[in-house]
Amino acid sequence: MLNRRDFLKTAGLAAGTLALPGLTGCAMGSRPRGHVVVVGGGYGGATVAKYLRMWSDMGVDVTLVERNPQFISCPISNLVIGGDKTMADITMGYDGLRNTWGVKLLQDTVVGLDAGARKLTLASGGVLGYDRLVLSPGIEFMFDQTPGLETEDARRTVLHAWKAGEQTVALRKQLEDMKDGGVYALAIPKAPYRCPPGPYERACLVANYFKKAKPKSKVLVLDANEEITSKKALFTKAFEKYAGILEYRSNSELREVDAAGRTAILEFDKVKADVLNVVPPQRAGDIAARSGLKLINNRWVDIDWLSYESVNTPGVHVLGDAIFPAPTMPKSGHMANQHAKVAAAAILRLLAGEAPNPTPVVMNTCYSFVDSKNVIHVASVHQYDAAKKVVLPVPGAGGVSMAANELEGKFALAWAKNIWADMLV
Amino acid sequence: MKVLHWFAGICLLGTLGVAQAEARPDPDLARNLAATCANCHGTNGRAVQGAGNEELAGVPKDKLLQKLRDFRSGAKPATIMHQISKGYTEAQLELVAAYFAAQK
Ligand SMILES: Cc1cc2nc3c(=O)[nH]c(=O)nc-3n(C[C@H](O)[C@H](O)[C@H](O)COP(=O)(O)OP(=O)(O)OC[C@H]3O[C@@H](n4cnc5c(N)ncnc54)[C@H](O)[C@@H]3O)c2cc1C
Repeated sequence: MLNRRDFLKTAGLAAGTLALPGLTGCAMGSRPRGHVVVVGGGYGGATVAKYLRMWSDMGVDVTLVERNPQFISCPISNLVIGGDKTMADITMGYDGLRNTWGVKLLQDTVVGLDAGARKLTLASGGVLGYDRLVLSPGIEFMFDQTPGLETEDARRTVLHAWKAGEQTVALRKQLEDMKDGGVYALAIPKAPYRCPPGPYERACLVANYFKKAKPKSKVLVLDANEEITSKKALFTKAFEKYAGILEYRSNSELREVDAAGRTAILEFDKVKADVLNVVPPQRAGDIAARSGLKLINNRWVDIDWLSYESVNTPGVHVLGDAIFPAPTMPKSGHMANQHAKVAAAAILRLLAGEAPNPTPVVMNTCYSFVDSKNVIHVASVHQYDAAKKVVLPVPGAGGVSMAANELEGKFALAWAKNIWADMLV
Repeated sequence: MKVLHWFAGICLLGTLGVAQAEARPDPDLARNLAATCANCHGTNGRAVQGAGNEELAGVPKDKLLQKLRDFRSGAKPATIMHQISKGYTEAQLELVAAYFAAQK
């Protein structure tokens, strides 16, 4: 492999030639320059947009393409479903990114990627060029894996509420409209899925609502997994507190849905509910999954853990839920934010002609509410292993809460305020 | 446009060449490590006022480092920091403490 200087010589170019307007993305030296386009203004995308601007002293141009006019947070959305918080509490604008950080915002949907030409196609018809691209599109649901949920109609009756927004509002309304004595059934897909503890938190908060407002009602958790996938001992304890209301069934994979009858069809059983909430199996968002980037299990993007660059598509970095996770790494908003910072640092180094930091660290904290006030956490720290070329959890570090407690309830809300500010303000 | 693409191609290969060369120590290591704390403690350690998590910006290095060491040894009880601090090396904690101390 030629090094950069040799290559430039061979190509008959002096390094200085590259300092042309529009080509500054590959200028040598320490000042990174260029245009980075970010697709998706969620936990990963908003963070990377801000940090690219902040860490380049506003030197790198950043365009953020997001289809929604506002950011609506999945974390804390289970409290909206449980009736403890409102949509206003989890909705924020992109003004901070625009006004404080000078990020160029486009409300649009990216429908095509030509990585060879370094160009994106927008739903509005426009074309957008880039020096480096970051995709943080989150997840897409594999509705084809759940017969009965193929039509829009079915999906208006049987909600996922696994992307916060109108589905969050609609699920809350279904629960409010349900008669006392009704059954709320929640189907959880096989791991990996977005937010491992999220479904169990939701089950607790709906049970908490029923306990207060509809005490004759039931919560039925149909888990495709062999056991609770996160904070098992702590959630088992929490479920015991809802004895008589909440029933948990493992190894209960959904085979089919009868949406009109609000019935979950399992291998050996049929469960009729009044409110049926199905979290379908998931894969990387379309723009990451359908653009020729190498996938693992045909679902998640394979990346280089030093740069978050696709292993087969140079110049395209992928973050957040869309990537194939490293061992024990959850699909969480916290983690997407951490990916974003490693990627931002790496992209700025690459734009300045330097190698990415060889020792990146990421860490995770997921807080879950088991009622309106009490919270449990799971935490981990992941360091890069140069031999295995992946980040690995540090043995002996991380862990879970001793027991659900109110102090961590305060920290969980403080976490939300700080991470939202870290992405958007 | 064609010419620009050709230049962009050269640029890409050049960048990859450097990326594969032996990595030099990263001058931004402390900044990158400290950024892993921001989810809870705010960008550059400036926590959201009134949110309820500790502000780290401007805390003297020795004070912060001692606190992190105490979390790690278990001398200082915590809900979560005893578990998180164990994931970083002593050298990394020093870099983090120095970085936050330098934030005005
Ligand atoms: C109920 C629930 C509770 C959760 N609780 C927690 C928690 O407590 N803590 C935690 O850390 N995580 C939690 N999570 C997980 C967290 O929400 C996700 O891991 C996180 O959102 C992933 O970030 P992301 O950037 O990958 O995707 P997202 O945050 O989903 O962002 C993707 C964005 O990209 C946009 N987009 C996608 N494709 C395009 C396109 N082609 N063009 C334009 N825009 C596009 C979308 O509109 C979206 O805004 C929870 C999730 C759920 C569902």
